[in-house]
Amino acid sequence: MGRPGRKGYSLPQLDVPDRSVDELLPAKMQRKAPLDMPELSEGEVIRHYTELSTRNHGVDSGFYPLGSCTMKYNPKVNEEVAGMPGFALVHPLQDQSTIQGALELLYKTEKELKEVTGMDRLTFQPVAGAHGELTGLMVIQAYHRAKGEERTKVLVPDSAHGTNPATATMAGYDVVQIPSNEQGLVDVKALKEALDEKVAALMLTNPNTLGLFEEEILEISKAVHEVGGLLYYDGANLNAIMGYARPGDMGFDVVHLNLHKTFATPHGSGGPGSGPIGVKEKLTPFLPVPLVEKDGADYYLNYELPQSIGKVHGFYGNFGVVVKAYTYLRMMGKEGLKQASADAVLNANYLMERLKKTYYLPYDRVCKHEFVLSAREQKKKGAGAGDIAKALLDYGYHPPTVYFPLIVEDALMVEPTETEGKETLDGFASTMEEIAEAINKDPEKIKSAPHTTVVGRLNEVKAAREPRLRWKRDDLK
Amino acid sequence: MKGANFLSLTVEERREMLEYIGVDSVEELFNDIPKDLKLQKELDLPPALSEEEALKYLRNMAGKNKNLQDCVSFLGGGVYDHFIPSIVKHVTGRSEFYTAYTPYQAEISQGVLQAIFEYQTMICQLTGMEAANASMYDGATALAEGAVMACAATRRNKVLVSQSVNPFYRKVLEGYFSTRGLLLEEVPIKEGQTAIEKLEKAVTKDIAALVVQTPNFFGLLEAGLDKAAEILHKNKALLVTAVDPLSLPLVQAPAEYGADIVVGEGQGLGNTPSFGGPLLGFFATREKLIRRMPGRVVGETVDNEGKRGFVLTLQTREQHIRRERATSNICSNQALNALAATVYMAAMGPKGMREVSEQCLKKSAYARDKITSLAGYDLAFDGTYFKEFAVKMPKDADEINSHLLKQDILGGVDLAPYYPNLKNHMLLCVTEKRTKEEIDALTAGLEGLK
Repeated sequence: MGRPGRKGYSLPQLDVPDRSVDELLPAKMQRKAPLDMPELSEGEVIRHYTELSTRNHGVDSGFYPLGSCTMKYNPKVNEEVAGMPGFALVHPLQDQSTIQGALELLYKTEKELKEVTGMDRLTFQPVAGAHGELTGLMVIQAYHRAKGEERTKVLVPDSAHGTNPATATMAGYDVVQIPSNEQGLVDVKALKEALDEKVAALMLTNPNTLGLFEEEILEISKAVHEVGGLLYYDGANLNAIMGYARPGDMGFDVVHLNLHKTFATPHGSGGPGSGPIGVKEKLTPFLPVPLVEKDGADYYLNYELPQSIGKVHGFYGNFGVVVKAYTYLRMMGKEGLKQASADAVLNANYLMERLKKTYYLPYDRVCKHEFVLSAREQKKKGAGAGDIAKALLDYGYHPPTVYFPLIVEDALMVEPTETEGKETLDGFASTMEEIAEAINKDPEKIKSAPHTTVVGRLNEVKAAREPRLRWKRDDLK
Repeated sequence: MKGANFLSLTVEERREMLEYIGVDSVEELFNDIPKDLKLQKELDLPPALSEEEALKYLRNMAGKNKNLQDCVSFLGGGVYDHFIPSIVKHVTGRSEFYTAYTPYQAEISQGVLQAIFEYQTMICQLTGMEAANASMYDGATALAEGAVMACAATRRNKVLVSQSVNPFYRKVLEGYFSTRGLLLEEVPIKEGQTAIEKLEKAVTKDIAALVVQTPNFFGLLEAGLDKAAEILHKNKALLVTAVDPLSLPLVQAPAEYGADIVVGEGQGLGNTPSFGGPLLGFFATREKLIRRMPGRVVGETVDNEGKRGFVLTLQTREQHIRRERATSNICSNQALNALAATVYMAAMGPKGMREVSEQCLKKSAYARDKITSLAGYDLAFDGTYFKEFAVKMPKDADEINSHLLKQDILGGVDLAPYYPNLKNHMLLCVTEKRTKEEIDALTAGLEGLK
């Protein structure tokens, strides 16, 4: 694409006396191979990426019931606000007198999120949920080390998000898996057996990844605390309980939030996210620096935390995402947030009630914001969860999360979120019924789906075996 | 109720749905929360604002910040005021891109997958490396991940890091290392550059890599990196370099001096400073290290009819498959920022990129000459600069900056907090956006301070 001589940019004429590059840059330091990139006009660039955008499905394109991801509608006003020059065009190292608005926003967002989670302090430095997990475990580690303890184990339920065990390993811990019981909850007996003074933390989400509330959470937290371990809350599922319950009241010591899930900031095809962590008082001294404080009417960045774990991001985290979350918080208010959780749970239970007539429901009880079906009956007839997901693409839906959690055979994890209306849920349910019916009649048709997308089912094995991770000029030959 | 405009259910629908489920009220759906855990009060949050009220309130808050349009900025240190073509925002503003999740379902995510493939290609072009991932959180975490990866690849647990590496990056690196039980050793600086002559001795059998930055934190292009690479490779250790992508159209590509892992901050490629985030970490490496690379990667493949398409690949390294055996825990990253960088590079093309690079080089040289011609102002170090430079001044940096601020000039980064022996030193940055007039105003402001 493109043609030498075409140009998609304009820059002002150099207005300082021109000196040659050779004079300013020794020959040895100069680049040898010139950049091999296409030369395009502005219109060509726009057409190319606009065309690509039509090959992409977002929440604005249609229903996106991807379990555990909380793909709710992202209010447009958030984009307006984050794009304001006073937020977007501010340098992180400006004098503190010139960033009072930014600090005020961080301070006030912290205050609201403390109330929603029941925690004592927050840092916005982590920029993704998994980054929050890592920060949280670093804080936990620093806390134990300050007490002279070197704990080696982190407990993780078998239904946990994959990031939990990966993070625990990154933080240098050994991962101990805790099984779930028949109700899909943490097996408290097995948990207690795994507890000893080497346990640094239990990582848990509540509601859990099956969408079920861990009813024995107080007993769990008591048992973990008794051996000196701490409780880490994976905030991926907070959307279910806002205004109804708070992790801080359940005994959690560290909480991460996914602002890009619960607080309606868009996920950007895989980021930017924001994964602030909240902690209880006793862990505050270990938070990354700086924290935002207020002195009289002035806000300032406090670097004076001698026990701090240091930094986990170059600056203060994904500030632009926090701006969007704060805008959302202010427009929802306390009633709006609680209503959001109520509707998220109502939508999930309604859809579960409808779909359990067609698909096997392994844990048949009230769910929170999401639920997990099993396509095991359909699989017996020849088309499983992955095939159903691909078939849904033909109907314009983003499929649910498939094959997760690992403890459910051919799992389909559905999270409708509060922003969807009843018609959308009914439409989706009918489609799921139609697909199940099609599998009964002719599973081959479903197995070869999708049929209407810009590309058919892609060969992932080939991609992994013969990695082609960039375009090469030789490809033209 | 305010705040309800993002919800869809009506009172009537809620009633119908509850009836279908067979419960009387929505509260019943929360009965699985034990009584003593159920919040007995309303959340203590401010009342909801309407859209107009929210806009007004937040515009007011934004107005309490000085922004880079109100001021002339010479601040760098990792985040830069570079020109962003208008089209970048229009592409990243396409909701098909920004309201999508990670492209797990490739068939309906070909748009972002192809864009990331183009991004990986362009990052490889810039750095001369053979593979790049689909973005990291920022330059600092990319550097830390690069150092961690070097330890895994060499099965050694100690890394040398130059004191001329951005101190914010080093702070993140320290944290990542301490938590994993890996060791760091600092390589001192001489005349503002990594003391390469210390390497012969420092690179022992337990050293996994040397971490350097070029241009380094003082804006200097490190002169001895080919020598460093030679020493490292002789000892089966790796060279990890952090680079400014906008220097690369002009400056030697890291592959040319032997780097094994190349990282950096890509914010300058079409992303706003946003008070330091979202930023864009990039990460590139040699072919042999592909399977150890952290984070997401997009690969080209074919569909069932042989048609070209793209998927997330090498996923067997990743947390959702390998769980505790994954090469990193990265899940959400900075995909939209990588898209912005892709559009930026496509619009600028090789000529535009080179022009930005040249203007940075020439304008900062002009500013350097002008400022150091003032009595009391000296260049801190000799060497080759790209767009930033450290200046020794007659007064404390804070004092100078507050004076400049009165003229709506954002001065430089005070170096003293990070290098106590560099008291009265400031790091100034001149990008292609600064005009001669603005540089002259800065010089006049500094002159008035003598």
